[in-house]
Amino acid sequence: MSSDTLAIAATNAGPHAVLQAEARWRWSEIAFWLATLLPFVLTPDYLVLASQVAIAALFVLSLDLILGFSGIVSLGHAAYFGFGAYTAGVVSVHGWGEPLSGLAIAGAASGILGYITSFIIARFRHLALIMITLGLGLLLQEAANAASWLTGGFDGLQGIHTWKLFGRIEFDLYGYAAYSYALAVLFIVFLAARRIIHSPFGLALRGIRENGARMPAIGASTDAHIRTIYTIAAVIAGLAGALLAQTTETVSLEALGFQRSADVLVMLILGGTGRLYGGLIGAAVYMVARDQFSGLNPQFWYFWIGLLLIGVVMFLPAGILGGLASLAERVAALLPRKARRASAP
Amino acid sequence: MSMAGAAAAATALSTRGVNKRFGSLVVAADVELDLPAGVRYALIGPNGAGKTTLINLITGMLRPDGGRILLGADDITALPPDQRVHRGLVRTYQINSLFPHLSALESVTLAVCERRAVAGTWWRPLTAYRDEVDEAYAILGTLNLAAVSHRPTRELAYGQQRLLEIALALAARPKVLLLDEPAAGVPRDESNELFAAIAGLSRDITVLFIEHDMELVFRFASRIIVMVGGRVLTEGTPAEIAADERVRAVYLGERKRGVGSVR
Repeated sequence: MSSDTLAIAATNAGPHAVLQAEARWRWSEIAFWLATLLPFVLTPDYLVLASQVAIAALFVLSLDLILGFSGIVSLGHAAYFGFGAYTAGVVSVHGWGEPLSGLAIAGAASGILGYITSFIIARFRHLALIMITLGLGLLLQEAANAASWLTGGFDGLQGIHTWKLFGRIEFDLYGYAAYSYALAVLFIVFLAARRIIHSPFGLALRGIRENGARMPAIGASTDAHIRTIYTIAAVIAGLAGALLAQTTETVSLEALGFQRSADVLVMLILGGTGRLYGGLIGAAVYMVARDQFSGLNPQFWYFWIGLLLIGVVMFLPAGILGGLASLAERVAALLPRKARRASAP
Repeated sequence: MSMAGAAAAATALSTRGVNKRFGSLVVAADVELDLPAGVRYALIGPNGAGKTTLINLITGMLRPDGGRILLGADDITALPPDQRVHRGLVRTYQINSLFPHLSALESVTLAVCERRAVAGTWWRPLTAYRDEVDEAYAILGTLNLAAVSHRPTRELAYGQQRLLEIALALAARPKVLLLDEPAAGVPRDESNELFAAIAGLSRDITVLFIEHDMELVFRFASRIIVMVGGRVLTEGTPAEIAADERVRAVYLGERKRGVGSVR
């Protein structure tokens, strides 16, 4: 939302116009979603990568809801991703490969895990929260390793077979179906997330992020709000994990690993927290960069990602999208507008 | 120094033997208060007397070591802070404690939504809650904040932020309103305005405010409580307090601006 648009709406008076303007769809958003269809036309050889990007974006969206919008730090978010992945995988291995119901079961299972753990999460902040989420992630990974009768342990889960989508569309080697499927799920979940942040609950989350200590003094049960958003985020992470399991037909312990928790955090910070689209862009940049860099020199890839991360945090503290937004504002400031007068005090 | 005169009216808030210590430091010692409904109380006392601590104890931000807190006839000692707010016990802060990146309208709308228990609703857009937004806008209007209601809080003038503190409290529909130095840091001419707004609040609201400026205290309080060292030294009408030798002794060092200069 640029300050100009706000000012125009404000001059039209009344308390509602500005709030409505904030929730309205912008052309840049429509353009963004149209652009997600481009890989089908422009880079059909990279649809498998595109599906990985969409899955990563869904996972980042989940983290953005708790970290970006509510200020809940997590270094163990892969716990819910991996739990969803294993749930979808185990369901398939035991003879039910129907993708949509498998996806729903995985999301529900991760949501239950998220709800249970949210009672611990809601009681802590900052550094303690980093340690607790890290601990939960490690615990779950070790549990999956130990329960090798169910998960395949260190060797990973073997024998996943995903049935045709809607009983018609086969998951092909080129990733047409995989990308279509992942993108559709991403878009639907995005719509839900967008609805959440523009709801009264979304406002309460921003209140928690801005000043959690003040919230009880306006009658808010901060703990209850945190439990709700943490559960929702766990469902979304579980869906992302299930998508990975179904489209690649493998799950390994890596799905639960610390590396994945760290990667998703990096993607979110790269793109910009608390903006919904920031995480999506961060996921795309990170995944494509990893693909390109590791093609050049596989061992050296984290050198470049380290450099990229330091560069972004130093020069674009609000992430890539935050940087783009302030650039757009500067450009807008150069253009004289009637609205600018209205924004003056 | 009895409270017999006030006993006729219903009691809005009372404390019974409230105690609190931090290590060896006693910050509240057997505090007994009875605030009759609708009265404007000032809570005064030298720095470190335990005034803010008392507000923290009453609102549940701190747990007392002993004693009970009653809102009307209900014992609320065990209730968490947010549930006390839902019952009408609301406070503001001495140092602005606001939501910097939310607009004034968003902040107050949030408080209204919390009161109406719709802030947990995530499947309906905020724009569908027109009544809540209208109510928030009306509250901002009564405090002369309507014109800046869409500005992010961090861009508001300091005095406006102090008013927003009060707006947030009013959104909770308080029965008892505890104001911790509402005019702290506000220039004299603006602080008069601010207190005029407080004086103009509905008589259904019982108000207790902490204030160091004795001129404001004597102008706007109908009764005054004096605290020293975690204890209630005395309680009475402004005239009684001004005449009290012990209060004079406490404020001796501040005689220039203090109680002594008022009479």
